[in-house]
Amino acid sequence: MRLRDVARILDAEVLTGEDKLDLQVEAGCGCDLISDLLAFTKERMLVLTGLVSPQIIRAAEMVDLAAIVFVRGKRPTGDIIDMGKELDLPIMCTHYPLYESAGLLFTAGLPGWRDWPRVVGGAQDAP
Amino acid sequence: MRLEYRVAGRDFQAAGGAAAKIKRTLRQIGIDAETARRVGIVAYEAEMNIVIHAYRGTIRIDILPERVNIRADDEGPGIPDITLAMQVGYSTAPEDIKEMGFGAGLGLPNMKRYSNELEVKSQVGSGTSIIAVINLPAKEGS
Ligand SMILES: Nc1ncnc2c1ncn2[C@@H]1O[C@H](COP(=O)(O)OP(=O)(O)O)[C@@H](O)[C@H]1O
Ligand SMILES: [Mg+2]
Repeated sequence: MRLRDVARILDAEVLTGEDKLDLQVEAGCGCDLISDLLAFTKERMLVLTGLVSPQIIRAAEMVDLAAIVFVRGKRPTGDIIDMGKELDLPIMCTHYPLYESAGLLFTAGLPGWRDWPRVVGGAQDAP
Repeated sequence: MRLEYRVAGRDFQAAGGAAAKIKRTLRQIGIDAETARRVGIVAYEAEMNIVIHAYRGTIRIDILPERVNIRADDEGPGIPDITLAMQVGYSTAPEDIKEMGFGAGLGLPNMKRYSNELEVKSQVGSGTSIIAVINLPAKEGS
């Protein structure tokens, strides 16, 4: 799914990365905790979050996420938008809550990360 | 090549900055994306643990031909029970920190998962050291 489709389906406002809307995202994840984001996402994924914090952008950079969508009508502050611009990371915001946002994208064909780590920290989970 | 950064406890403005610089530097010197990602995540979790749980510390990265060594040393309260601290979901982060999206109790498990070797050493009342090793992928033809 292209970021352009994500923006349309979620009726989202594109705050940064207007020029990257043709980028393909492979999967999505919803999370409101930083360490969950680091554990349950991987590169080129889309993250839906209700946590408006600069640390979301930092974590997104660590994982090489494709884009961030802030849900429930939460608007990121100027410093968050500036970080997104600097990293060339697309940021959107939608008025839909987390569950609805995820459901809309899933129904439209964007899967989750099918091989998400079942037991985080377990020996069987080593990369 | 060695990189070293100071980390200040409770400085949420600068938090994550060292890990970001480390990851960018690794990419600039030609380290593959997957390794840079793993080093970035381990360094980020170690840095955040200093910010959240300790008073001050340093993060040091050594880039060797076959691996990247990460070392985080802090002055802080230390960890009384390391086995318990390593468990998924265990966190002593206070409520105000949890509201900022931290305290999932996944930092140490994430460090373990993304590194090839992880050692946690701690002295209660003194501080904590994290030593992680991330192997570089074998070069083709060698
Ligand atoms: N550098 C540190 N200094 C003191 N205590 C620490 C440190 N790192 C981790 N801990 C302890 O181990 C627990 C688990 O750490 P972690 O898995 O990173 O989860 P979290 O940071 O979300 O609480 C922390 O809540 C804290 O009690
Ligand atoms: Mg932690």
